[in-house]
Amino acid sequence: MILLIQICNKRFHYLEFIKPIEDVLKRNNIKFESIHYKKVTEDIIHKAEKIIISGTSLKDNGFIKDIDKFKWIKKFDKPILGICGGMHILGLIFNGELIKQQEIGLTFIDIKQEFLGYKEKIEVYELHNFYAISNEFNIYGGSKYCPQAVKHKKNPFFGVLFHPEVRNKDLIVNFAYL
Amino acid sequence: MKCGILFSGGKDSVFATYLAKKYENEITCLITIISENPDSYMFHTPSILKVKKQAEVMNIPLLIQKTKGEKEEELKDLELAIQKAKKEFNIEAIVTGSVESAYQASRVQKICDKLELDCFNPLWQKDQFELLYDLIENKFKIIITGVFAYPLNETLLSREINDKFINDIKTLFEKYKINPAGEGGEFESFVLNCPMFSKELKIKDSEISGKKNSWRMELEVI
Repeated sequence: MILLIQICNKRFHYLEFIKPIEDVLKRNNIKFESIHYKKVTEDIIHKAEKIIISGTSLKDNGFIKDIDKFKWIKKFDKPILGICGGMHILGLIFNGELIKQQEIGLTFIDIKQEFLGYKEKIEVYELHNFYAISNEFNIYGGSKYCPQAVKHKKNPFFGVLFHPEVRNKDLIVNFAYL
Repeated sequence: MKCGILFSGGKDSVFATYLAKKYENEITCLITIISENPDSYMFHTPSILKVKKQAEVMNIPLLIQKTKGEKEEELKDLELAIQKAKKEFNIEAIVTGSVESAYQASRVQKICDKLELDCFNPLWQKDQFELLYDLIENKFKIIITGVFAYPLNETLLSREINDKFINDIKTLFEKYKINPAGEGGEFESFVLNCPMFSKELKIKDSEISGKKNSWRMELEVI
């Protein structure tokens, strides 16, 4: 089972940031459970074979204040995919810092090393005012302004700053089939 | 949350309004941009004056902003309208009916960020057929008011979105890759009734104009 962790604190954002990821999983017959980060329990983390951490809107960044609620990541050893805000969380948990950098809309990024089935210049959808990177991660690809695809040096933890549920849905499927 | 809706009167923006309400937001105004350019990059143009009637039967204030519809100029006019909505109607967020258009969505996101407003796109990436079925299930009465792509023609104008329409569109979708929800601009629609309307709007008069694969139907509704 894949556990999809929602980071939206405004319920209405569910339709824009969570449902599109759920739809990709459903269309590919991938079993998942979807839960808000404040409701995550040790038991459900233990049951998950993989975890996806969603993104949310530019203004909905309450999850940053709640970073302690993601401490379970340090003890988890199965694959995690952090999307946008989810990538911020991965960076912050591994002692990275938030750096201000806005990108909104379609942009090209260059993936230099094979990353969840991608190794090329691809067009992606961006929606962020910050990024976070820790030195425990390697950078696999980036845009003109910042790292876009990162992977933890030891663990199977992947972070993407762009939103693959918009133009790169295969990346989510490839992660699910790792 | 107090929301302003970017409102064209078509199925996507009316459904976005419906969802905003369903998710317990307060809708303090509708914002309609009237473009003088029929081929606007940003805004749905047919039947736009009829949004006044829709706003009336929903009992929601309507803020209208005119634009010449030139590429960058219309974004400035949109920003101006959103700024007015923030000042006059205390909106904290904008809601749009964007489904696929990264062009539209990203421009609205940038304006909202600049004006410190949240931005909701409740139909974002929604499966196009799922969207059409949701509209029927939620008792939306919608008619086609514009067609703008081969092989669509005037025979589609005034057709209601129902199961038969969806089946016909499915055939076209498979054969010609027509976007079934029409957000690529293939066709445009007007909502005559939905659960938020106090009464159904009736067509008093209509005027069809166009040629080949580009047709419009202007409506007078009461």
